[in-house]
Order: sequence, then C-alpha cells, then structure tokens
Amino acid sequence: MAKLKIQDLKRIRDESKRTVLLREGTARAKVTIHMGTCGIAAGAREIMDQVLRLVEKHNVQDVMITSSGCAGMCSHEPMMTVEYRYTAPVKYIDLNKEKVTKIFEEHVLNGEPVPEYALGVGSESMY
Amino acid sequence: MKPERTHILVCTGTGCVSAGAFDIMEALKTEIKKHNLQEEIAVVPTGCNGFCENGPLVLFEPEGIFYRRLSVQDIPFLVEEHCLKGRPVPSLMYTPPKEKSPIPAMKDIEFFKHQRLVVLRNRGRINPERIEDYIAFDGYMGLAKALEMSPEEIIRQVKVSGLRGRGGAGFPTGTKWQVCREQPRTPKYLICNADEGDPGAFMDRSVLEADPHAIVEGMIIGAKAIGAEQGFIYVRTEYPLAVQRIKKAIKQAEENGLLGEGILGSDLKFTLSVVRGAGAFVCGEESALMQSIMGHVGRPKQRPPFPAQKGLWGKPTNINNVETWANIPQIILKGGEWLAGLGTENSKGTKIFSLVGKVNNTGLVEVPMGIKIREIVYGIGGGVLGGRKFKAVQTGGPSGGCLPESMLDMPIDYESLKSVGSMMGSGGLIVMDEKTCMVDVARYFTDFLAHESCGKCFTCRKGLERMLEILTNICEGKGKEGDVELLEELAIMVRETSMCALGQTAANPVLSTIRYFRDEYDAHIREAICPAGFCKALITYSILEDKCVGCGACARACPVGAISGEKKQVHNIDTGKCIECGACAEVCKFDAINIA
Repeated sequence: MAKLKIQDLKRIRDESKRTVLLREGTARAKVTIHMGTCGIAAGAREIMDQVLRLVEKHNVQDVMITSSGCAGMCSHEPMMTVEYRYTAPVKYIDLNKEKVTKIFEEHVLNGEPVPEYALGVGSESMY
Repeated sequence: MKPERTHILVCTGTGCVSAGAFDIMEALKTEIKKHNLQEEIAVVPTGCNGFCENGPLVLFEPEGIFYRRLSVQDIPFLVEEHCLKGRPVPSLMYTPPKEKSPIPAMKDIEFFKHQRLVVLRNRGRINPERIEDYIAFDGYMGLAKALEMSPEEIIRQVKVSGLRGRGGAGFPTGTKWQVCREQPRTPKYLICNADEGDPGAFMDRSVLEADPHAIVEGMIIGAKAIGAEQGFIYVRTEYPLAVQRIKKAIKQAEENGLLGEGILGSDLKFTLSVVRGAGAFVCGEESALMQSIMGHVGRPKQRPPFPAQKGLWGKPTNINNVETWANIPQIILKGGEWLAGLGTENSKGTKIFSLVGKVNNTGLVEVPMGIKIREIVYGIGGGVLGGRKFKAVQTGGPSGGCLPESMLDMPIDYESLKSVGSMMGSGGLIVMDEKTCMVDVARYFTDFLAHESCGKCFTCRKGLERMLEILTNICEGKGKEGDVELLEELAIMVRETSMCALGQTAANPVLSTIRYFRDEYDAHIREAICPAGFCKALITYSILEDKCVGCGACARACPVGAISGEKKQVHNIDTGKCIECGACAEVCKFDAINIA
C-alpha cells in the first residue's frame, strides 16, 4: 500500500461516499421495490436488478434502494415507490423495463414524477 | 457487479462475540449467497453498539432496522424474509419491557435516542479492521489539519475545548500537554492508558474494538503538539480482541504512511507500539504503569515529579486515557469551541458510562456531561430491573461511592460527584435495588482493593486488610458496637497516608455507604439482620404457611435436600441443612418462600 498524502485521504473519502450515505441513511431519493412472494413471481427481482444496474450506469451515490413486502395490489405487480426528498412519494404500477428506465431517469435522477405510469401518491409503512 | 443496496452491520464487540456474533456473520453470508444476493448486500463487522443486554445484534442500513438477541437458527428466515422478500421480521426486533409492539428503527429506541455520540461516533458504523472505513467518515482529516497548525495552536484548541482526563482524575488535558511540551529534555514519550481495571468497566475496551484508528490519530496529533517521537499503548492482556484490533490499526497506519517517518508527506516522525499489562489493577495508575512499561514491578512512585516532567526513563511523558485520546481528532477537526459547547461549565464534552447492575438496559452509553442521573437510569436505562425499587447508584468503580435516591436529580460532572462523596472515575454506573446489601457492596470493593494493593504503603496494605476483616465480620453477623466508627477512622487514615490513588480513594465505597446507609450497618450489628435479605449468615429461609400449597417444587429444586413435606401439605425447610442458595425461591410459583 502506498504512503498516503492529504489528497489521498480526500480521494478515499469521496470514493466511499456511497458507503457513508448508505450507513448514515441519508439520501436524495429512495426507491422501494415491492417484493413479497407475489411481487417476485411477477418479476420484482428483475426490476430490482435493473434499478441497481441503472444506479451503476449513472454512477449515483445518494439514492437508497430498498425493498418491502407485498403492497396488497397483486394485480398491478410489479410495483415500485419513488420518494424524492421533500416531495410526496409516488407509487408506480404495472412496470416493465422501459417504464422503469424512464421513471429512473426522470423521477429518481431529476425529481420529476411520471404521472402516466403512477397509481397514486403516498407510501406504505414497512412495518 | 451490482452496486450494494443494503449493508448489514453485525456487532462484533467482545460481548456479542462471546454470544456468537462471528457465527451469525458466517450464517448471514451463507444465506445471502444462497439467494444470490451477495453483490447487492454486504455483511460488515463493526464494533460494540453499546446495547449489550440485547446481543447478538445487527443493524440493517439504510433502513436503520435493528434486530437483537439473534441466534444462528434465526438467520435463514431473517434473510429470506427481509433480504429477499423485503419483509422485516417483527419477532426479532426490540420490544421495550411492558410494551406489546416492537420498535423497528434503532433511532427510535429510548436507549439510543438520548445519547450523544462523540467518542463512540463510529460504533456500529464502520468495520474497525478497515482503514478505508475510518477515512470514509472523516478519519485522519483531523491529523491533516493538525499538520498545518503549530504545536502551540494545537494545544490551544485542546485547552479551549475544556477536555479533562477521562481516566477518572479529570485533570485538564491541554494544561498537561503544555507542561510536557515546555520540558527541555528529550526524547519525549506518549502513553495511552488502556489498562481499564475497574470491575465492570468496558468503555476503553469498546473504543479500541470499535474505532482503534481514533486512538492512533489522536496520538499522532499529540506527538506533533508535544514533540514526542515514540508512543506506547498499554492494554491489559485480558482484552484479546482489543489488542488484536489496535495492533492491526497500527500496522495499517504504518503501511499507509500515517506512522513512521514522513507522516502524510510532512516531516513528522512518530512510532507506536503495544505493551500488554496483565492482572494488576494498580498498573492502571500512571506511575505504576510506567514502571511496568520499563520492565519493573508495577508499584507507584512519589509525585512530583509528574510524568509530564519526568516519566519513562526519566524523560517527559504525556499519559492519557483511551477516551481522552479519542476526543482529540474531532477537537482539532471541528475546533475546541465545538466540544466546549457540550456539557457543563466545568466539565465539557461527553462521557461514556458503562451502565450495569439492576437496570433493564445494561450497556455502554455516551451522554453529555451535566445529564441527571435519573435520566440515565430511567430514560436510557429503562428503569430498575423487574420493576423493583431503586436504592442506590455506585459511580466511579472501586474509587467511587454510592449515591442514594435523593441524589437522582443531581447533574453528573466531576465536581458535583466529588462533592457528595463519590467521583466520576472511569465511568462505571452500577444500579442497585432494594435487594442489594450496601454493607456487602462496601465489602466487595474493599476486598478488591485489598487484593490489588501493591503493598508499598503500610497503611494501605494493612489498613485495607483490617477494613475487610471488619466488614466481613459485619456481614457474617459478628459485628460489634464501635465497628463502624473504627471503619471510618481506618478509612480516613488510609486515604490520608497512601501514596497513590488506589489507597487515596479506597475510603470512598466505605465512607459513602456509611454516610447514606448507616441504618443497614446498624441493623447488621445490633439486630443481626440484613435488611436487603442478602447476607447469607443473617437470613433464614422459611416457608409461609398461608401461601404454600404443597406442590413440592421447592423440595425437588433443593440441592441439599433441606425441604420436606407431604403432597398438598405445607412444606418445611430444615435451616440446619439450608445453604441459602435461593433455588427454592426461584421455582416457587406461590410466593411462599420467605427470606428474612
């Protein structure tokens, strides 16, 4: 391992930003993918994988990705909820690959909801 | 490679490790791999979270969900439910005593809510064996700033912060550093006192296990300020995990150019090594500790001269406690004024307390100075165990004293505790209830001190021995009128004629219990009764006729066959055979066992 200089300390700290935010629980936006057995059967795991790849592609550090159990509207699975900080959470339903990409780029990255894919406004409690 | 979406932070402080935390960690990794989630979910070992009553425990971030009292058998279900299906598991969460619903989020739990983490800021949050984790949370930025400051400026910040020695004596740290800096002789040395001998204290151990780099960084800053080139960390060998982690941290710092020559590219030079103590409480005393480092028998020496003037090998040595050193990086990074904004007029900053004894939430808590004892015991601690009546709280370990209920609203700081016959000490807080015998408490601490006395001072050596004799006699029902007065005289004599703090503070447990609980001493001596029902020689076990239904549970539980009786008839205890073990009282469902 190389001898560190002050710039190296700053560099390591910046590289670990995602870890810091993850452990401190602070984020610009939170994406909750609704799982549960029905969600997984409808393809929620693939949605989760896609969202994670989008995170990687756009190199986002401050977005929280979590999952929750069945939201109750099994006919509209797979679903996800996007909460952009300081704004109301939006529930998206009947998802597919294209919709997820659009929602990620417009709502998660830019804070602008995509009304045509949404069911309504509001988040569920995980517990 | 998928980016991580969840970190599972597994507590691996010694408490949780001894309850199986490493096995839990392996089980988590296995189950996560089974569901092919290992790229998105990381399992991270961290240091002690402080909520030791509830170990083994884990924290899921970023949701902040807290799971406790886990066993390896819980893990497959936990991983399948929470990690795969996204459903947190309420049955594994913390439910406060007397309540029905669990509290999922750690930040909502009373125990954690009221704490103010300064020294323990990285607990449960970083992997202590990864220097990158430490740096991610502003680690070594304090050092970077210190390298651009003059030594005088560094010392000034420490003085402004008002930091006082956290080992117990509370001497102003900035002043000590200044004295050491101004000494002309070289080379100068730094010592970190991690001997932590107080029974039941584990603050220093937890800091070393959770955040060892904080000590390393603090000492490098100290080296710049004082002009030292070599430092020692004296850790008691009874802390194997702490020794392992601090040694690893030192090695990582060396590999990264943070110790040795040319630190962070500057011309600062400093090396650190670990020295292990073993089995001697007195070696936590600074002058005895230095004797031990030099390879001599651990016996205190006359002061003055103080270590800052003449310490290791006759050279100026600055010795500070673990908690004191751990405050330094943040004082330099955020400025001395920042720490001075916490605490009271004369006691700035925070203090870590080990809250133990008859309290619901036992563990490690860090709170600002000036908090009331009541807030710690009832707010953070969740009240007395089993809903029993609060009797006293013992602060400061063997050097401290017991404080009764009337003192519950006293704010905790160095001066206030001293004014009532106790002291801050290293931060032990033992909660006692109505079943604790205060005479036995005095006897316990005096026994400890008598054994740990190095023997150099006649009064400490013989005085404590005599005091122990008298206290043991009282507990066994052989106390005489005049014993209490003799105890007081001996205690004061030991205090005034001992050379080191062991003897000088030995009087506190005895004198404080006599001061506030004189009635218990009198009851033992004059009536041969132990009001708390504890001292075996003074209590008799008997069966209450009106409560006993003759189920026979007690007779079966008795290890010496002292209980006899017919089925459905009132049973009887033969006091000649009874060894007062309490097994019968534990199994009786009808409250029929009387202890008096």
